[in-house]
Amino acid sequence: MTDLTSLGVKAIRDGVRSGDFTAREVAESFNDAVAGAAALNAFIVTTPDHALAAADAADKARADGKDLGPMAGVPIGMKDLFATHGVQTTAASHILEGFTPHYESTVSQKLWDAGAGMLGKLNLDQFAMGSSNETSFFGNVSSPWRKQGSNAAMSPGGSSGGSSSAVAARIAPAATGTDTGGSIRQPAAFAGISGIKPTYGRCSRWGVVAFASSLDQAGPMARSVEDCAIMLGAMAGFDPKDATSLEMDVPDWEAALSSDLKGKKVGIPKEYRMEGTDQAILDSWEQGKAWLKDAGAQIVDISLPHTKYALPAYYIIAPAEASSNLARYDGVRYGLRDLPEGAGLQDMYAATRAEGFGDEVKRRILIGTYVLSAGFYDAYYTQAQKVRTLVARDFENAWNECDVILAPTTPTASFPLGSLDADPLTMYLNDVFAVPASLAGLPAMSVPATMNEDGLPLGLQLVGKPFDEQTVLDAGLAIQQRSGFAHAPAKWW
Amino acid sequence: MSVDKQTVAKIASLARIKMGDDELEKMVPELNNILQWVEQLGEVNVDGVEPMSAVIPNTLRLREDVIDADPKTAGGRRDDVLANAPAAEHGFFGVPKVIE
Repeated sequence: MTDLTSLGVKAIRDGVRSGDFTAREVAESFNDAVAGAAALNAFIVTTPDHALAAADAADKARADGKDLGPMAGVPIGMKDLFATHGVQTTAASHILEGFTPHYESTVSQKLWDAGAGMLGKLNLDQFAMGSSNETSFFGNVSSPWRKQGSNAAMSPGGSSGGSSSAVAARIAPAATGTDTGGSIRQPAAFAGISGIKPTYGRCSRWGVVAFASSLDQAGPMARSVEDCAIMLGAMAGFDPKDATSLEMDVPDWEAALSSDLKGKKVGIPKEYRMEGTDQAILDSWEQGKAWLKDAGAQIVDISLPHTKYALPAYYIIAPAEASSNLARYDGVRYGLRDLPEGAGLQDMYAATRAEGFGDEVKRRILIGTYVLSAGFYDAYYTQAQKVRTLVARDFENAWNECDVILAPTTPTASFPLGSLDADPLTMYLNDVFAVPASLAGLPAMSVPATMNEDGLPLGLQLVGKPFDEQTVLDAGLAIQQRSGFAHAPAKWW
Repeated sequence: MSVDKQTVAKIASLARIKMGDDELEKMVPELNNILQWVEQLGEVNVDGVEPMSAVIPNTLRLREDVIDADPKTAGGRRDDVLANAPAAEHGFFGVPKVIE
């Protein structure tokens, strides 16, 4: 029999439906794979019983002749940023260690309703702040990939690095991610998997630990474009509990998937040709153009003149929102409380937050507090919000000339853990190609394209018009079919 | 604009994060580095540009004025709400004494 852990979402769902294997067999295989991969540190907690219970429910529904949900029999990893009823939810922080929600996030509930089960809660950068998975209180996540001829632990990207690591290592067929400034796409690119951030508002943010509310958006990470389409369909949808949730129907992306791009125009933004980008990335970008042309698309040059300013604007807006969102962690209602001897309320707040937040989180809260403070608000925050308008306007103008944009996902391949942590700014630059689409709220996807000379995967990014996830997925599928990317990391864990 | 140790200490106190001298000193160059980098936004001509606060045009919805319309998120769930409190007493969140 095939090794069930080699299968993705669609293959598992279809196999369970047709009775080729049971959902329980699938869940058991993945539970074993998770238990055997502790060296990756991809999970903060594992929930094998949750996966088995969902599997048994799927098997029973099939035996009873009932309809199976779109994710029935598929056990997934859940980023530990989603509140899960009765299961510890920490955002990889010390301040939330031991927090077990008495409610379920809308996105996770939708996935359970669609028949999915949970293998466990995936590690991430603390409060989703980081691009390398080195800021988690629960230790770094290791990528399953290694450079040829080296044993150095590599970064799985961030913040959804537990997700990218688990999916690439075949210990989960798919996982949830969240993307604030690239946190689905950058780790997907580093790990050689696919991941899509839908239009802002498609997936409910209710029950997702908030980082920067005007940017945060959940999405799927999986090994193929089809799997992403299926899982996104299960995650998306209007939620009255989230004021920014879109009141729109969820299209059947899976059914409409087509890699025929005849009549589509693909824009190549000249400003994404940046200094410091690896030659291998530029080469894969050229390759991507050729693939999309082969799929029938017309390639057009476009300009997004404010690209350079997107990242600095992001590093004002996101910390500003974070400083406000993270004010709720004060030691009163949940999580850690540090009450020094004889301390008053204010001292308790300050001690609790000092003890509970990691360095990167503190750094961003301080920047956010600073740029929002009297005297600096207009110079920094308002200016950044205006630049955000211009970044979004660049894209609006581009849609007069093209239907989808092709760009690299990251300027470099993955790097060894620890190699960038001394310099926060260099780390931030990793998201230079991912952030503009986030600021504009656009759907954007990374698909694996080629391998570099070190044997590490490189991703290509597709950015679409608002609400047009379909074209993004279609173009992703066209690349996937032509790249034939089937590389998998050699098992060392 | 750049920050000195005293300014960082002020921001840290506004953000309610206790920081020792060592931590403050380490934070000063890091924040300055980042602030210096974001200064480039000043180059952008934003005359007549409205600041963007919402990316997707969406109208704010109003909820039906019904008590406990959604039983899972409305009232009557005191025990759930208090379940994770570090110190809950008599059905309330407990905090250290505020008034001497």
